[in-house]
Amino acid sequence: MKVTVKILRYDPEKDQRPHYQTYQVDAEPTDWVLDLLERIKGDQDGSLSFRRSCAHGICGSDAMRINGMNRLACKTLLQDLHSHTIVVEPLLGLPIIKDLVVDMEPFFDHYKSVMPYLVNDEQAPMRERLQSPAERERFDDTTKCILCAACTTSCPSFWANGDYIGPAAIVNAHRFIFDSRDRASSERLRILNGQFGVFRCHTIFNCTQACPREIQITKAIGEVKKAIATGNLD
Amino acid sequence: MKIHQFDVVVVGAGGAGLMAALYASKTASTAVISKLYPMRSHTGTAQGGVGAALGNYEEDHPEWHTFDTVKGSDYLGDQDAIEFMCQEAVTSVYELEHMGLPFSRTPDGRIAQRPFGGHTNNLTGKPVRRSCYAADRTGHMILQTLYQQCIKNKINFFDEFQVLDLILINGVAQGVVAIELATGEMHIFHANAVIIATGGYGRIWKITSNAYSSTGDGVAITLRRGLPIEDMEFFQFHPTGIYKLGILITEGARGEGGILLNGKGERFMEHYAPHVKDLASRDVISRAMYTEIREGRGINGQDYLYLDIRPETVNKYAALDGRTQPDGSPYRVTGDDILARLPDIVDFCRTYLGVDPVEQPMPVQPTAHYAMGGIPTNLLGQVVMDEKNTILPGLYAAGEVACVSVHGANRLGTNSLVDLIVFGRHAGLDAAKYALGSQFKTLPNDVADFSIEQLDRLRKNKNGTEKISKITEEMRTTMMDHVGIFRTNEGMSASLTKIRELQDRFLQIKIQDGGKVFNTELLNAWELGNLLDLAEVVTISAIARTESRGAHSREDFPNRDDQEWLKHSLAWSEDGKIRLGYKPVTITKYQPKERVY
Repeated sequence: MKVTVKILRYDPEKDQRPHYQTYQVDAEPTDWVLDLLERIKGDQDGSLSFRRSCAHGICGSDAMRINGMNRLACKTLLQDLHSHTIVVEPLLGLPIIKDLVVDMEPFFDHYKSVMPYLVNDEQAPMRERLQSPAERERFDDTTKCILCAACTTSCPSFWANGDYIGPAAIVNAHRFIFDSRDRASSERLRILNGQFGVFRCHTIFNCTQACPREIQITKAIGEVKKAIATGNLD
Repeated sequence: MKIHQFDVVVVGAGGAGLMAALYASKTASTAVISKLYPMRSHTGTAQGGVGAALGNYEEDHPEWHTFDTVKGSDYLGDQDAIEFMCQEAVTSVYELEHMGLPFSRTPDGRIAQRPFGGHTNNLTGKPVRRSCYAADRTGHMILQTLYQQCIKNKINFFDEFQVLDLILINGVAQGVVAIELATGEMHIFHANAVIIATGGYGRIWKITSNAYSSTGDGVAITLRRGLPIEDMEFFQFHPTGIYKLGILITEGARGEGGILLNGKGERFMEHYAPHVKDLASRDVISRAMYTEIREGRGINGQDYLYLDIRPETVNKYAALDGRTQPDGSPYRVTGDDILARLPDIVDFCRTYLGVDPVEQPMPVQPTAHYAMGGIPTNLLGQVVMDEKNTILPGLYAAGEVACVSVHGANRLGTNSLVDLIVFGRHAGLDAAKYALGSQFKTLPNDVADFSIEQLDRLRKNKNGTEKISKITEEMRTTMMDHVGIFRTNEGMSASLTKIRELQDRFLQIKIQDGGKVFNTELLNAWELGNLLDLAEVVTISAIARTESRGAHSREDFPNRDDQEWLKHSLAWSEDGKIRLGYKPVTITKYQPKERVY
């Protein structure tokens, strides 16, 4: 079948502002949107730029807006879009570098601001630190994050103010706050209680809907809010 | 052009690169240069686990891990290196845990372990639980944990910089030349030590588990700079790729009791590996699958088989095998157990196959997976450049890009992650020590010329007639057909002719994107040049080796020939031609014997 792919293009060396360009592509219902982009780049227009690597939903390179929703191009089936016209745009809220490639630096700066690493200065045992399966399960969901930015760039609070650290950073803070081996929860909670922290979240659930890893993001954010409000992690 | 100076530069930000950077940066100023953001690296797709003889469920020893690895390598692995790696694996895994890696846990809170192909109790020959795992996303967790530690330690990252060339001055490494993707600007990284950790080149083949970015950049760069590359004929095909897509289904699926079935519903591995059956090593299983398909026993006579992890299947065969839980009770699983232990596999199958593996079997076929060969190194990660293992000062390599050799002719599952944590660390430590004791040499003015020339040659073909996508497709097809699981002189010679034709046509590639900013077309073309060069070396090395060993399986020479071929291949590029040489395998405790599973 033929599908129409409408892509928001922007070349900073040529264009004043982004504009749509339309391509006709032969496709199967079981093609991925990434397949279509590769086909356009390979056969029609080599100048189209986008990021991709693993092509099976693990590396997080190819998050983009597809028919108005943030998704991974390699995890979005044509047939699931129920349309013969596909609109592909770069993630919102981050500066466009070229075409579908956005500047990820502001996103990673927010990520780095929440101390996204284990802090524990106690003498480690000769073997592993023990952790019960239940303790491990407590933060399992938020370990799945691939930092694709689909959540943060779907969040109206982030669109309104790019200083808001956004859902992805909170998810990664959550992953350590609820890890029984970590010792820096109070410091992280202090950061998240700041002006651009967790209370900028207005429970809109866009993030949860956008997450290609199906992390219960809004729930995780709620748990962080509760920990700040109650002062405990139970 | 910008010039930077560091004691150590690391090229690549996967598991090996980040591990090296963490250790180098303890004492030396260190930069990591990577074409991808670190967490996009292919390490993140590793699923089933990292091997270490922790013995958390049952008796196990690093010596057993060593022997299993030697045997798995079909005796081509260097035994001193393998022993070193398997000993260090234990402390390295504990270290990852201390860094925060969220391993799955045993009921008493220890790191959980599962069986994997080729890992055995050396006394009974039965599978042993040696693979330390975090569900089926162990690589993701390793990559995340190492990146987190790099942030904690404030390591300098140059993300989305493509390294194009290695700087060698009077036979000593002095840095790299790179292009910044966002601007198209060239950068020179002047350094006293360079650690190459750019991963593999699985994109040479049509059906592959490898990422688009696995284009062998580091191997191709060193080859162009006159250094040899080792054992390139040995490339692993993983038995269970999703049919047509090549996406990996972890060996952990069989570790948890999954069974391979042919079109007649038979558990065919009983005939090929009567002792460990579906947990034989990868080369053995991939060949068996290919044989089943060729003899008409694929599913509905087609070119795929089933991997079945439905609880009723797992429980049926576990009972027949007499498999038990750690407490001695019979091994049984439920659908929920499968979901808990293999959540991503279930998700992949639902997403990419429309199949729920708890209810239906998965169609699978072997998929190109891992380069055993690469840049020759020693135990410290130092690059060696001839038959006598002479060191090239200041140059290091670690991870899939390197050939220590710990994998020999066939890598055991879980050992890629062991390799990168153990040798990544040692490369980092030794590079820092070496760099701090060295003086910077003056760089010549034309140091970036070779890189600029390579890109300009690609850019200038405004009227070229060839397409990147077309040449890529033809390369991948011929290599899959003729330099894949089974090989013959005839097929490989045809493939070599084809690859050389493609190398010629590559010079006529047309680049439409004339811009500087994020010109991925130009970079993809350069990557294709790397793949073509490596495909040529793989094929030439494979034609020359007239025996079958591990992943290199010749129909015209079906037997292993230790008299003639118990040696590593080395390949040099000289004046546009490939020259082969050989060096001995290091054998310490284990004399080669027949390999039976």
